[in-house]
Amino acid sequence: MSAKPAQVEVRDLTMVYGETVVQRDLSFRVERGEIFVIMGDSGCGKSTLMRHMIGLHRPRSGDVYYGDEPFWGAQEARREALKRRFGVLYQGAALFSSMTLAENVSLPVVEYAGLNARDAYEVARLKLALVGLAGFEEHYPSEISGGMRKRAGLARAMALDPEILYFDEPSAGLDPLSSRRLDDLILQLRESAGTTIVLVTHELPSILELGDRAVFLDAEQNQMIAQGSPSELKDSSVAKVRAFMNRERL
Amino acid sequence: MRGSPRTETRDRVRLEPSGNELRVRLSHDWTLQDGLPPLTHVEEALDAESPSGLAFHTTELGTWDSSLVTYLYGVHRLARERDVPIDLSGLPDGARRLLTMAAALPPREADYREEDGRLGARVGRTSFRAWDTVIDAVEFLGETTMALGAMLGGRARYRPVDLMLSFQAAGVGALGIVALINFLIGGVLAFVGAAQLGQFGATLYVADLVAIGMCRELGALMTGIVIAGRSGASFAAVLGTMTVNEEVDAMATMGLRPMEFLVLPRVVASALMMPALVAFADLLGVLGGLFVGVVVLNLGAVEYLSRTQEVLALRHVVIGLVKGFAFGGIVALIGCYHGLRCGRSAAAVGVATTKAVVNGIVMLVVADAIFTVLLHAVGL
Repeated sequence: MSAKPAQVEVRDLTMVYGETVVQRDLSFRVERGEIFVIMGDSGCGKSTLMRHMIGLHRPRSGDVYYGDEPFWGAQEARREALKRRFGVLYQGAALFSSMTLAENVSLPVVEYAGLNARDAYEVARLKLALVGLAGFEEHYPSEISGGMRKRAGLARAMALDPEILYFDEPSAGLDPLSSRRLDDLILQLRESAGTTIVLVTHELPSILELGDRAVFLDAEQNQMIAQGSPSELKDSSVAKVRAFMNRERL
Repeated sequence: MRGSPRTETRDRVRLEPSGNELRVRLSHDWTLQDGLPPLTHVEEALDAESPSGLAFHTTELGTWDSSLVTYLYGVHRLARERDVPIDLSGLPDGARRLLTMAAALPPREADYREEDGRLGARVGRTSFRAWDTVIDAVEFLGETTMALGAMLGGRARYRPVDLMLSFQAAGVGALGIVALINFLIGGVLAFVGAAQLGQFGATLYVADLVAIGMCRELGALMTGIVIAGRSGASFAAVLGTMTVNEEVDAMATMGLRPMEFLVLPRVVASALMMPALVAFADLLGVLGGLFVGVVVLNLGAVEYLSRTQEVLALRHVVIGLVKGFAFGGIVALIGCYHGLRCGRSAAAVGVATTKAVVNGIVMLVVADAIFTVLLHAVGL
């Protein structure tokens, strides 16, 4: 075990739905500033794992550490404070449909940074400009395309300058050009702001383009069967992982 | 360039002339919690001194977050509006990269057209919208009638189980609340009536008031209002959510008609169950009156019931049941109409539900008034 705590560390995590074990004994580290991919076949529990990491589902056992602090082992108030350290882009962007894009982005800024409405609006303008949506501040989510909604969701996730950004299937429902643009944006954000990124996806091009390291969850064995860099996983000794990474038949 | 350096609160920003250039010196820590300095100083300096360029100095800058980049983005915007070249080389690497990213695409021009706020224009717009709504509602009614025709002809496509569930939801599920409301209304009617009739020694006529009032008028109306709040709202919320989730679109692309599949079972169930609910409401209303008559007004139970039987003609009951049938159909139609015409957001579902209840109740009262006038005209 390295002496310096990881940015995020999952230790011996077991997740269940009712009495059904989704994944068991998961352990891995996400280092500061890296793009970490959680992947696996459909139904393996990738998004469920992310929901455990961001505090939406409590694990059956094990914990998620931010730095050296256990998330689930902490008091409720401390957990709320730890949540300020990460932002989340949900699969459907999850923008508030009754608010404009600027209101969506400025909401956490007003609530948690205590800025007045004028300053919060300026922050929202910047965040929207960072994702290529300058000039769309007064648009409602229903008035923009799916790709733009994803980017607006990313602007909201970045509102409070989080150390870590979680992305749940960022390319889902996007055309290849929009998907590529979002991938570029993720890379630019990592380079510009040094943000740690945790990516839940099964999109091979995104995994190969973005990922520094990855874990592979298996839906049949309900456990992690490989971890390493995408290039290492392409030559994995596990047949299923190798087939997945090279888009081959098993 | 002229003028002396201007200073912002806590000296985070100092504007200094340097030849023809405007130099923005940034210092101290910048965090969102400290808020943003106003841009007015920079704007004034750019306007007053028309510099040939703008540069940043950050040697005294401490820690920073988005607040710094937000401020820089504002300065960048002001400079660009005035075609003043901006030199980012003095900024920390991260801030420079973020600012370059944010400024990569010029802001899109706003495409909103200001609405004409004059009274005439507002009245005109409202009239056109109201007319469009009327046309749309008539189309909806026409489509429902055609779907009903298809159902009677055995050609409509819907799931019988949906019809049964609608019967259950609109009928049995409402029994409790209908019973409570109408029992209390019957009791209140008896109580208020007795206060007036007692002055003429005609307390027994409370039975007339309650029986005819409940069976002909209030039983149907109160049950209609309960159903508008219960089933009407539920229909609008369910169909509205289905619209938002594109389930209605999916149904249409499968060749299933939403009017037959979604609207018809609800309208039929509501219209057919309402008379049964009204009959139940009439009974409970009369029992409420009997309870007050016996317990509070000291009337004999047999005396009260025989007076009720004597005065309550079949036509009063039938009129109430016919109204119930109509009210049930109206409430369901309005609920389904607003549900299917719902927008594409969560807020729109709330708006559709509110409209379904408010418009449903208004239309019930309007329909009741029309019934009263027509029945009076034909001597019933």
